[in-house]
Amino acid sequence: MMTKYIDQGKNDTRSGYGAGMTELGRTNPNVVALCADLVGSLKIQTFIDENPERFFQIGIAEANMMGIAAGLTIGGKIPFTGTFANFSTGRVYDQIRQSIAYSGKNVKICASHAGITLGEDGATHQILEDIGLMKMLPGMVVINPCDFNQTKAATLAIADYEGPVYLRFGRPKVANFTPVDQKFEIGKALMLSEGTDVTIVATGHLVWESLIAAEALEAQGISAEVINIHTIKPLDAEAVLKSVKKTGCIVTAEEHNYLGGLGESIAGMLATQHPTPQEFIATQDTFGESGTPAQLMEKYGLNNKAIEKAVLKVLTRK
Amino acid sequence: MPKLEELQDIVVQTRRDILRMVHKVNSGHPGGSLGCTEFLVALYNEVMDLKDGFAMDGKDEDLFFLSNGHISPVFYSVLARRGYFSVDELSTFRLINSRLQGHPTTHEGLPGVRIASGSLGQGMSVAIGAAQAKKLNGDSKLIYSLHGDGELQEGQNWEAIMYASGKKVDNLIATIDLNGQQIDGSTDDVLPMGDIKAKFEAFDWDVLEIKEGNNMEAVIKGMQEAKSRTGKGKPVCVLLHTVMGNGVDFMMYTHAWHGKAPSDEQLENALGQNAETLGDY
Repeated sequence: MMTKYIDQGKNDTRSGYGAGMTELGRTNPNVVALCADLVGSLKIQTFIDENPERFFQIGIAEANMMGIAAGLTIGGKIPFTGTFANFSTGRVYDQIRQSIAYSGKNVKICASHAGITLGEDGATHQILEDIGLMKMLPGMVVINPCDFNQTKAATLAIADYEGPVYLRFGRPKVANFTPVDQKFEIGKALMLSEGTDVTIVATGHLVWESLIAAEALEAQGISAEVINIHTIKPLDAEAVLKSVKKTGCIVTAEEHNYLGGLGESIAGMLATQHPTPQEFIATQDTFGESGTPAQLMEKYGLNNKAIEKAVLKVLTRK
Repeated sequence: MPKLEELQDIVVQTRRDILRMVHKVNSGHPGGSLGCTEFLVALYNEVMDLKDGFAMDGKDEDLFFLSNGHISPVFYSVLARRGYFSVDELSTFRLINSRLQGHPTTHEGLPGVRIASGSLGQGMSVAIGAAQAKKLNGDSKLIYSLHGDGELQEGQNWEAIMYASGKKVDNLIATIDLNGQQIDGSTDDVLPMGDIKAKFEAFDWDVLEIKEGNNMEAVIKGMQEAKSRTGKGKPVCVLLHTVMGNGVDFMMYTHAWHGKAPSDEQLENALGQNAETLGDY
């Protein structure tokens, strides 16, 4: 029987970030927040109200923000930069590469509005390449939590980790189903529901979709194991290997291009350690477009229906 | 304070270090390094308030950030001669397994370096961040930074320049090495930048010029003046007029030696113009 999860009420992951920042503002005096003119979108107004001296409004100048964040670490601060995922990565890749990653600076790059569920703003703002960009940087930790509670927990956890981190979250209100007090361990996958026929490994918004798919599969007599991989790098290879050795096939699910994403990381790991039939739920090397999040998830094959279909396909390849 | 002659001895020895370092590996950037030798020697031996030893957080001491990282030879020599690491290590410049990478980095843990630089235009933002951290920490010491003039063509600088005045980062002294040269030719030929002083002033910085950037007395006097202008609500910009390749006659007044090492004969000639003072590494 599948483990059941209850939606405690739809909420956005970016508000999880904001709630995490509020708490860090009260508990960790070294935490400082930077923002490139998107305070409302990043939900950090409470942090600012309570700690005005620890907030740096940079203006629309993301490159400068990354450099300032790197400089702030030298004085012992723990900077959390905030802007959209597109402007947190591709726009400032070289600044992150040299001033943060190569320099080994303790900067937390916090990126909202990631992926296609940003919706109506369209492809200019819907980055589907950011996980790949960031995971390729040596030493960069890449985290993509699945709901409000987990995003808040991740925000708190990365403050205690020494080193550069990319924290990716989103805009839409989605199911909030992980336990409110669940400890967040960087690099540790979470078993959501045990199964025997197929492994579904998902990250971000696709975790809830995977649970819905697993329920539908159960009704068809298929036992799916669902794993929540919030940390894409370092990858919890052990958890994935343990599962696929039992099930013999895997579907990976993410709101990102299949090139450079979670699925690619898992495929690379499995190819050398335990070759396994795999299907990818991801965008297929394409840009997004305007539309509602639900319409876009449907059109680009990222919802529970697409996961269900991929499972049925991968089962034939065992 | 070290006597002027002592500082001059360090300058000449630093020039020898620069020339010998780039000659040995037949690569590196001697032109800009030689042009900034007086400045960096003055900064590290006279102008900055430094503590002994190296701590990354640089608490209660002045900090320096090199944005134009390609002039690493002069930076390494000045750091070594100031005691951050052994001068013998200068012989490992650009070699495999060295802490003295082609461009400066924290990655190998070289004392004295607080940020990687090389990809241009990033250092001013970093310096601003370090300056704001000092303010937050109630640390009254200053942040110094150095930038090439050609480097100002990178747009990130102008984000940083706008920010520093807008946010009153007045514990920062950013120096621009005005040698008028860049890789492909003179800055006027490659991309005319107009009146740099007027541009900084238009961005509401307090700007001062050091007309003789290769004259030790002038550099010290100018930097002391710059220091006196900190803490008054504006970031301070020093326009340092230098001659690329200074101290080696055939390297001066040209961009040709931006990123080129001297031959054996050229090295001998150049060293002949700069007799050993403190002892070669």
